Amino acid sequence: MDFIELLISLAQSTLRFTPILIFAAMAGVFSERAGIVDIGLEGKLLIGAFVSATVAHYVGFGLAGMLAAMGACIVFGWLHGLATITFRGDHVISGLAINFLAVGLTKTVGHALFAKGGDTPNLGGPDSTGWERLQGLIPKQVWLDVAPGLSENPLLLNILSIHGWLIILAFVAVIGTWWVLMQTRFGLRLRFVGEEPQAIDTAGASVIAYRYAAVTIAGALCGIGGAYLSTSNIASFTPGMSADMGYLALAAVIFGKWRPFQAMLGCLLFGFLFAVKDRLDGASEGILTQIPSQFFEALPYILVVVVLAGFVGTARAPKAVGRPYVKERE
Amino acid sequence: MTNFAIELNGISKSFGPVQANKDIDLAVEAGTIHGIVGENGAGKSTLMSILYGFYVPDEGSINVFGEPLEFNSSQKAIEAGIGMVHQHFMLGEPFSVLENIILGAEGNFLLGGAMSKAREALLQLSERYGLSVDPDAIVGTLPVGVQQRVEILKALYRGAKVLILDEPTGVLTPQEADALFDILRALKEQGTTILLITHKLQEIMNVTDSVSVIRRGEMVGHRETAQTSPEELAELMVGRKVLLEVDKAPAQPKEVALSVKGLDYTDERGIQRLSNVSFDVRAGEILGVAGVSGNGQAYLLEVLSGMHAASGGSITVNGSALATTPDLVRSQSIGHVPEDRQHMGLVTAFPAWESGILGFQASALYCNRGAMKTGFIKETMGTLMEKFDVRPPNPLLATAKFSGGNQQKIVLAREIDKAPDILLVGQPTRGVDIGAIEFIHRQIIAMRDAGAAILLVSVELEEVLSLSDRVVAMFDGFCSPDRITAETDERSLGLLMAGEFERTTSTGMAA
Repeated sequence: MDFIELLISLAQSTLRFTPILIFAAMAGVFSERAGIVDIGLEGKLLIGAFVSATVAHYVGFGLAGMLAAMGACIVFGWLHGLATITFRGDHVISGLAINFLAVGLTKTVGHALFAKGGDTPNLGGPDSTGWERLQGLIPKQVWLDVAPGLSENPLLLNILSIHGWLIILAFVAVIGTWWVLMQTRFGLRLRFVGEEPQAIDTAGASVIAYRYAAVTIAGALCGIGGAYLSTSNIASFTPGMSADMGYLALAAVIFGKWRPFQAMLGCLLFGFLFAVKDRLDGASEGILTQIPSQFFEALPYILVVVVLAGFVGTARAPKAVGRPYVKERE
Repeated sequence: MTNFAIELNGISKSFGPVQANKDIDLAVEAGTIHGIVGENGAGKSTLMSILYGFYVPDEGSINVFGEPLEFNSSQKAIEAGIGMVHQHFMLGEPFSVLENIILGAEGNFLLGGAMSKAREALLQLSERYGLSVDPDAIVGTLPVGVQQRVEILKALYRGAKVLILDEPTGVLTPQEADALFDILRALKEQGTTILLITHKLQEIMNVTDSVSVIRRGEMVGHRETAQTSPEELAELMVGRKVLLEVDKAPAQPKEVALSVKGLDYTDERGIQRLSNVSFDVRAGEILGVAGVSGNGQAYLLEVLSGMHAASGGSITVNGSALATTPDLVRSQSIGHVPEDRQHMGLVTAFPAWESGILGFQASALYCNRGAMKTGFIKETMGTLMEKFDVRPPNPLLATAKFSGGNQQKIVLAREIDKAPDILLVGQPTRGVDIGAIEFIHRQIIAMRDAGAAILLVSVELEEVLSLSDRVVAMFDGFCSPDRITAETDERSLGLLMAGEFERTTSTGMAA
């Protein structure tokens, strides 16, 4: 087995897992920076994956699935907002409720629609035109149908119909998150809302409005992450397919101390651990076959705990995270 | 005609049953430093929060430079030229000075422009008022005095013509406070009007032109600073309550039970809170500690009850040194009725029978190898509550459901029932109705007559004078020599409360 070959395959595998984590982690950065504990990332990923696969199946159009997933996740974000911002409920309880709801709802509705035990129909293989899936943005043939002149510009055509564009979008989202948070008025206020909400109030802006804006953005990002999960990475939805990636993304946010680029590094690390797990799990010879596969299954999660416990140092959360904002006393 | 920067007319505000401000009038001349004094909880901060648009008053109106001010909008207050430096800074600690300053006044969607504009403005403001701050420093890493400067700069950046400072020196070292006063004077030179809220009389005398006194939500007097004295202000702040007659026989003091010598205490932030405090309390007598609140009384109680370790000096209890934890202090037969019963004396969410054994939960009386004797405790508490006239005498009721006076009786019942040799009592009748006050006073006297040594800390002058046998006053962490209560009066005690006694630090320096 060539070492270089192993590295390349691990890198490919890492890249396949990481975007899900990155989209969810950026959602987490937005929420938590605004003071909202977003343990519901997991549930939103699952909802996004289900809605995307279902809508893509019916419409026959991957992008439509993704947009629908974003919408659905925004609605669940607002639900979380209603419970935590408006009614000042406990953030963790509300997030857990969303996670439970997501598990049950996707499976039940999925089974009612397709009668396949919660699975959605397969959207087609990775080499299909890509129209049904998010693998290719919009397939070459469609571009050519709309604008036949493009055939003379193969480079532009290739870019327009690029495969794996969501992987690129994930990294763009990291830059975008950083830019919005650090370089805009909106971002500055959002960060203050999570840290010192009274300062926002005394500055004459609405804490509530900024927190809702944060859960909305987080919902949209989770929607993209979910869509990637079920309609780009794989071609259908299966119940529970988010496999705790939402929690891992939250761990990556903490690993990155609530900063976009550092959180992305956390996602890459965790994605790499998943790739290694897959690799080791698939071993057919040598000493590795002696080890029970459950060990490899558990390995990334164990390493996440080790990494968080040992290497992060003191992670300081935004000061007002999880705290409802109450203006007047009594 | 005088040019008023701020005029408040008939401002009233209540929070539920608590009337924080009652029909308050106030006029502040432009270009002056105006002090507002009052004890903690007198309603100063509420009044200023109304002025800043944070709360809406129930009644009244406000004019700023002759223009009526719209309520419930900090934005409007800022536009009218009001800037506020809150007691608890409204600064994001992990953010830079610049980010904090531009918040709410960023201008464009992109921060780049606002940042460079603010950097420029900051430089000018620094030069004009001598307020130097590094614009790129992270606020959380700056000393408190500099953080406060950032708050002031934040207000000035928004074009504040009236600057409100709420208890600005509470968190400052004396050097930082002096620097702040220099800044305030410079601001006044440049035409800024300043409202200084404080309970420290020395600051008022040092820096203000005129002063208003607020007591229990009401404005009780306006004075020109040059024509008043700390004694008069102290008297106005503390007020004269209806004289409560307390029947008591002359004290029969015996041996010294609690002896404090040269006690120093410096808090975790390095601020000296107690300086060279010395006194003795004998068995069978009450030593009163008078003083305007915030002069170190709270720290004195906290050190004596074992919550903080003294930084210097000695505390002797019945001949041996004071123990180091509240638990051990209790086992030295010291009872403690804390100043703040809601936070330190009780757990308001717990039923009365649980609140009634706080601090004794591990004693063999209530606990058998880790298992609480719940039946026994409830029964004992029921009897005890009857005995101490707690209404209703129901040990199952949540502590929060009792009125202030009855909550205080629960604390007293708990401490007095153990018959300690020494009882530390802080503000025994704060927020307590008249009927309960009498009862509580009688209990304290009865403790004394039974031979306990009692240290009574109270900001109510009348209470100290009527209960104690000897009295000391605290000022700025120092403790005055003691007086025989029967031979002193409010006036001479007022002088002590204003710091008119010889103050020397434990190193022998005059303060």
